[in-house]
This record gives sequence, structure tokens and C-alpha cells, in this order.
Amino acid sequence: MEQLYKRPKCIQPMQSGYCPGCLHSLATRITAEVVEELEQQNNCILVLPVGCSTMGLLYWKIDMVGSAHGRAPAVATGVKRCSKNSLVFTYQGDGDLAAIGLAEILSAANRGENYTVLFANNSIYGMTGGQMAPTTLEGQKSTTTQKGRDPLTTGYPMRMCELIATLDAPKYVARFSLHDPANVRKAKAGIKKAFETQLAGGGFTFVELMINCPTNWGLTPLDSLTYMVENTIPVFPLGVYKDVEV
Amino acid sequence: MGKILMKGCEAIAEAAVLGGCRFYAGYPITPQNELPEYMSVRLPEVGGDFVQGESEVASINMVYGAATVGTRAMTSSSSPGIALKSEGISYLSGANLPALIVNVSRGGPGLGTIQPAQSDYLQATKAMGHGGFRMIVFAPYSLQEAVDLTYNAFDYAERDRNPVLILIDGALGSIKELVELPPMKELPTEQAKWQLGNPTGEKRVARMLTSIYPEAGLETLNRTKGEMAVAWGENDVMVEEFLLDDAEYVVVAYGIAARVAKEAITGLREKGVKIGMIRPITLFPFPKGSFRKLDYGKVKAFIDIEMTVPAQMRDDIALEVLDRAPIYEYGRSGGVLLDDDGVLEAIEKVLEGEA
Repeated sequence: MEQLYKRPKCIQPMQSGYCPGCLHSLATRITAEVVEELEQQNNCILVLPVGCSTMGLLYWKIDMVGSAHGRAPAVATGVKRCSKNSLVFTYQGDGDLAAIGLAEILSAANRGENYTVLFANNSIYGMTGGQMAPTTLEGQKSTTTQKGRDPLTTGYPMRMCELIATLDAPKYVARFSLHDPANVRKAKAGIKKAFETQLAGGGFTFVELMINCPTNWGLTPLDSLTYMVENTIPVFPLGVYKDVEV
Repeated sequence: MGKILMKGCEAIAEAAVLGGCRFYAGYPITPQNELPEYMSVRLPEVGGDFVQGESEVASINMVYGAATVGTRAMTSSSSPGIALKSEGISYLSGANLPALIVNVSRGGPGLGTIQPAQSDYLQATKAMGHGGFRMIVFAPYSLQEAVDLTYNAFDYAERDRNPVLILIDGALGSIKELVELPPMKELPTEQAKWQLGNPTGEKRVARMLTSIYPEAGLETLNRTKGEMAVAWGENDVMVEEFLLDDAEYVVVAYGIAARVAKEAITGLREKGVKIGMIRPITLFPFPKGSFRKLDYGKVKAFIDIEMTVPAQMRDDIALEVLDRAPIYEYGRSGGVLLDDDGVLEAIEKVLEGEA
């Protein structure tokens, strides 16, 4: 019988330590599938930052470098410029990328560095226990906005695809969601397009993946998916924000 | 190749390239801008790459990235910018990655001044970042010495898989001197065992470089780094002992201060004063041996001369001298330069018992 579903070889044969229902696992899995479909498992370097995404160091079986909080795009700049034939990508969360690492992501995008940024957005700081992120929704509760995010004092959700798409250099900027199978398939195709663009020497590619955080949102895994559809995705519209032929 | 006239920052940049540097990232800050400017032209000529980072923080992390794939990488800055890089330098040490950092120092604390000072000794030798790691710190006092030390700096960094610091002040970075440049070093042809990236596509186990460890692993790293620093003290100390054999008075100075002090010492020797100098070339490891072998029956006083106030090297001197002789200090600070007259006057006060 033909085997249709199996664990990608570039993922360690172990259980994920991500919280039950967390879509980080799924994001890791579809990225690994793309790496293997493109036969890049022996030719890629993953730059991991600080946050729940750091746990990728435990799960991947590819060359990896752990970087400081927010600095993955700077580290990837050094990696890719000195190892031009490697498939280089970062996998960053929203606190890492949109707060402490804002200068690094925008500057790398603006220089048109030829690597791929995968941006997992769950609107909260997961690893540190659920504090407000730049991407937290208006009114959304977190441990540092216990009555809900008040835009008067903490601003509004920051939309990174829209910001990066204003720059001239980036070649592919898109936002997908992992809340249901149809969207997962689209996300995987988007990651593949980004990697192919990079391998063709095209330039900077940015793929945002909307994910959940059941633990820190205080919701069951299933309810967290409904919350995404009803609340998160309307604030972060899905779609391709930039697609330049290379 | 004969001697050519070069400016300090440019001589260091060229020596780094000749020593194998193929990646530079940095952010503008005075008084070291000639270094990135030189690199922006020079590195592409040798197949290397230059990036003007969006900040000091980004730049040191670009160097970290370049180091992971085995490229000899460096950054430079001046005092406040080095402080910004300190987190990244700690990550380099934590991830066992080689790199070259150059601090062309200026007055502080804070924004301080763009004028030269030696106010970063403590930062350089005791805590170049969080977590208790140490680095070899070279402090040349002439441009030829700066060239020679820079040229070999990557060899130390790669031997130890640890960053190396070159500390000069803004005056040395800005002066011009004749230097003799060494030949271009052959780059290693084999990949390092830890190097990421797999250009040949060979089948091998995936590699990981990071500074996050399980507790036992981190303790082991701490021990290893500690033992490495002890070994530097045994093997890598560099020092100039100037007219020490019969010295009754011992000046201790490094970098630009040693240059000024040497003038004063030479003049005083002509007058028959038995005075000499210990000039640390490696600030860390500190040249403890030079103090231990002195005849303390003969030495009447030490004079610590630094271009910073209060003196920062004094504690290291005191740990070796203990109470066997008094230690006096003289310095200028805040961007005010040491001059011949001031240094001579300060030494004469000690000689006359008026200090």
C-alpha cells in the first residue's frame, strides 16, 4: 500500500514539546515538507531566534544557528552573504520580529537580502507567559494588558506584511493562516514559492503564518481556531502583498 | 614590500584583510569611520563582503552569522558602540565562534566625547559582555604593532573558537605612520568541523551552533572557557619590558599612554634616573610575570599612567605588587590627551617624593 503521510526526515523522530493544539508544530512540519520537496535538507541553514520558536533547535535535523532575541535577520545576513548557495531561512515569532527585532527585519528586507523569513504570528509572547506583543489585538487580554489592550496607551496591532510590502527590495510578501486544512495547503505553497525565489537568487522573501496560542489565550485548541477566524484574521487580512517576477 | 604611510584605522583594516578577513559589518561612529570606509572598498576586491549595518547590535550579529559558516569576520566601533555590541560578543563566545572586534576608544561614560581616551580597560578585560566569558585583548602602541597583532588575530580566534579584541584609542586610530604590510595569508582550504553549510552536499550529521545549553552543558562550557583563560596566561602573554633590569621606578602603561611615557623615561634615563616600564601588549592575559620577577628590594614605586581618570589598570597592578611598593597614578581623561610635559612632571613628583 502506498504511504501517503509520513514524518519528514529532516525532523527528529520525537514528540513535539509545543503545547497541545499549538500550530507551531504544524508550521514546522509543512516547512520541513517543503525543504524535502525541494531536496534542500543537506543544503539549508535555519536561523532560530528567541521565543517558542527557539524550540526548533530540538526538532529539526538540519544545520541550525541560534541567535539573540530579534537578531535573526542580521545573523541570516551574515550567513547568506558568506554561504551564498545555502537555502537560508529564519523562523521568528511576533515579539521577536515585530518588537525587539523591528530594525533588523525592516533593514534586511530593505537591503533585499536573499533569504526567507518565516514569521509565526500568534499575537502574544508565548514563551515568557503571555505578555502583550505589538500584534496583540485591540481589547485582547494578556498578562500585561489584563483589562484588554488599550490602543490609547499601547497602540494598535502592527501589520508586518503591509509594512514590508511598502519597501522596494522585497520580492515576495504574503500572509497565510494555519487554522484549517485549505489554508495550510495555501501556506505550504507560499513557503515553497518563497524558497524557490531565494534559490533562484531572487531576493528577500517574507511569509507570515497566522497561528494560535491556546495556552496564553486561555482557550481550548478548537476554540483558539474559532478565535482566529472571528478575531485575528479580520485584523490581519490573508493574501499576497507583493509578488515580483524574478 | 617596503614601508608605506597609513592611517591607524586603515592599517588595521588592511592587516585584517591580509590576515584573512572576508566579512565586515559595522555602523558609523567617530573616531573609527575610516575602518568601515576602507573595508567597503577593499573587501569586494578580495571576494569578501561588506555590510553597513542598521546598528552596532545588528552588525555584531551579522559577524556572528558570517562566523557560523567559517568566514573570518570582524566588526569595529568606538566605546559606546562597543557597549552595544557586548551582548553579541557574549553570544559569540557562548556559541564558540571566532571573530575579531576592534575598539577605537573614546571618552566616556555615556556619549562622552569623540576625542580619544583609554576609558574602556575594565570593560575590555573584565566583562566584555554578560555571563563571565573572557577574551584575549591586544593593545598595540604603534601602527606597526597594530598591523602585526591584527594580522594574526584570527589565528587566536579560530584556535580558541572565541572572539578576540583589539583595543586602541582614537589617537592611534587617527595618526599616520610608516608600516610594513605582511603578505596575504592563505585561507584554510578545509571546512572547520563545526562549520555550517554544506556546499559539497556530503552526507553528514546536521550541525547546530547556539549559546543556549542544558544546565550541565553550560557548566561544562563555563569550565572550559575558564581553563582556556588560564592557558592564555601561561602561553599567550605579550609584554614589553623596557629598561627594567636596574629600575627603581616602574611605569606601567599601555597603548598611547606607553608611547608618551617612553619619551619621558628615555629623557629621565639620560639624567641617570633608574626608571623603566612594563608595557602590557595583551591587557588580558595581563603580564603578571613581569611584576613577579621584579626585585622588590630595589623598586621604590610604580607609576600607572593611563589616558583615563581614575586609572583602571591599577587593580591588576596592585594584585601583583601587593603592598611591596606604593602605586601612584597619573592620567588625563575625557578626551584630553596625555602630553610629554604633564607625564614628565607627574613622574618627577614621584621621584621627588611629592606625589
